[in-house]
Amino acid sequence: MSTAAGSGPGWRRLHPRTVLVTALVTAGVAVGAAVPVTVALSGPLGYAAAVGWALTGAALLIGCAAAGDYVRWRRTRYRAGAERVDLHTGLLLVKRRSLARERIRSVDLTARPLLRILGLVTVRIGTGENTGGDSTLTLDPVARAEGERLRRDLLDRVVPGSAAAHRDGELATLDPRWIRYAPVSFAAPLLGGAAAGGVMQISDWVGAQDEVIRWIADRFQGTPLVWTIAVLAAAALAAGVIGALGLWIEMWWNYRLEREPGGTLRVRRGLFTSRSLSVEERRLRGVDLVEPLGVRLAGAARVDAITTGLTKDEERSADHNTLLPAVPRALADAIAAEVLREPAAPTGAPLTAHPRAARGRRLRRALAVALAPVLVQVLLGVLLTPVLLWTALGCAVVLLPLAVALALDAYRSLGHTLSGGYLVTRSGSVRRSTAALQRSGVIGWTVKQSLFQRRAGLLSVTATTAAGGGAYTAHDTDASEGLAFAADAVPGLLEPFLERG
Amino acid sequence: MTTGEGTIRLRPPRNAPDRRAVGWWRVQWLLLTAAPVAVLGVLGGLIAPARFWLLTPAAVIAGIGLLCAVLFPLWWFRTHRWEVTDEAVYVSTGVLLREWRIAPMSRIQTVDTVRGPLEQLFGLATVTVTTASAKGAVEIEGLTHEAAAELAERLTRITQDTPGDAT
Repeated sequence: MSTAAGSGPGWRRLHPRTVLVTALVTAGVAVGAAVPVTVALSGPLGYAAAVGWALTGAALLIGCAAAGDYVRWRRTRYRAGAERVDLHTGLLLVKRRSLARERIRSVDLTARPLLRILGLVTVRIGTGENTGGDSTLTLDPVARAEGERLRRDLLDRVVPGSAAAHRDGELATLDPRWIRYAPVSFAAPLLGGAAAGGVMQISDWVGAQDEVIRWIADRFQGTPLVWTIAVLAAAALAAGVIGALGLWIEMWWNYRLEREPGGTLRVRRGLFTSRSLSVEERRLRGVDLVEPLGVRLAGAARVDAITTGLTKDEERSADHNTLLPAVPRALADAIAAEVLREPAAPTGAPLTAHPRAARGRRLRRALAVALAPVLVQVLLGVLLTPVLLWTALGCAVVLLPLAVALALDAYRSLGHTLSGGYLVTRSGSVRRSTAALQRSGVIGWTVKQSLFQRRAGLLSVTATTAAGGGAYTAHDTDASEGLAFAADAVPGLLEPFLERG
Repeated sequence: MTTGEGTIRLRPPRNAPDRRAVGWWRVQWLLLTAAPVAVLGVLGGLIAPARFWLLTPAAVIAGIGLLCAVLFPLWWFRTHRWEVTDEAVYVSTGVLLREWRIAPMSRIQTVDTVRGPLEQLFGLATVTVTTASAKGAVEIEGLTHEAAAELAERLTRITQDTPGDAT
């Protein structure tokens, strides 16, 4: 069935409005490109000719894109059969992708604003495969109702023996007060920097960069340089905070975490771009309680899912497996327990602290990192100019206490334990992560010991898993205790290879 | 199985790599050293004014490389060990950074045997065992061709007999 690919019963096409979507998107790009081109051409050609050329070019571009997408639409068929889901596409050579239904682990619906206005969604169907690129199948786009139907059909399986103690339905909905944690996230300074950079970039495009700089210089005439920098930084930070609030609203508006019958967790959220993430519970291997520094200082935490079967780039994008935005710590634990169907969250269990030698290692490492720039400046200062000696002093005064504080905090964060069916490891200071991994989800161990660790009687125990980051490590545990922890976590696996006494 | 009743250690796996692995590791070190030394040496020969600044590092790299080529293979030969039981594959490697890897049979997904050009020369092969984790691969280096084939066959047989979907 090479030419008649997918003309039998059950085969469906994508939604024909995809051509319109492509035309509109291309039109947007064309307008964006046409404006500077028109401006550039109007010099040598005159205004009317420039507009004419730009319009012709834009029309050609839009026409080609729409025609291309029409052909793609004509040639694309999909079928959700009894055993497999197939997608046939391709212009010259037909590309076939086929997923076994029983291996499908996630069905995500996303709708960018344009798709949303037109009543369409993009459906991404994923399997549990971690290797190889053929593990997802994307239908871009189908009607929203069709997307919902596919999601229900493909994930609707009866899970026997699911604990009745934990409720179906809604587990969490958005509490607008959570927005107070948005400004303390790392997004705020980043967005502030981006805003400042954006102002300079745009003024550069319109050729007004010098004027902007002069305008700012005029405002601060007579003000000491330190104050100028402080005020500008504060302005950038304020812009960043506003940006972070806006971003939070866009990302988390309409947030709902639900458990659907059949054992699927579903996250829905988004103001302009609506996102829907469905995770089959039998694919869930645990949760990761993530506390970035600012959020942790505010007493909050975020909950990520540790699941198998998200594709590689999905794992990389941080918000894709987030089940719960930053919320008060106690609530995060409660929701984590609800998600895992446990009476109490394993992430809240008391942890075994690591030996003091681990603190020494963290202090030494932090001091080395902090002292490196100081030493370089001292060296250059001695050789070249004494000014660098003063900047070195300044660096030392700022960096050393910071490094020591972070190192001590990183040591305090270290911990591991076994809590019920879960193995819990915690580490990190700037981004503290408390991962609770199902013991049955551990598919191997890696034990590492450097020369320094051996002398200090420490080692690092890593549980490898098919889910999430692939490995969760208890760093710098006591050598004996760490091995005992690993041996207890998965009975029988490590035991034959241990010597006691 | 509580903590604090004496020390617990990982015992070394039972099997050593083939003796020829020492030669193979040595040649790898020499090739690794030869590449930058050759580049620096040729440049030093061509660019007379910078000769000292090119040939000195070349000599230093060559010295370090030779030392590594002599010492590391001997150390590795003493620390690289592997073992396959009915339940798990167990491998230990490394001198300065020691590493022990354990993969249970029930979670093994693929068994690959690789013979690189250098390994061919020494009659050696590497067996790589992967699990569903992106970070859980276990490599057994320095096996003879026969031992590698036999091991791969045995691993495949055991994993086929073990039920489960390996995640």
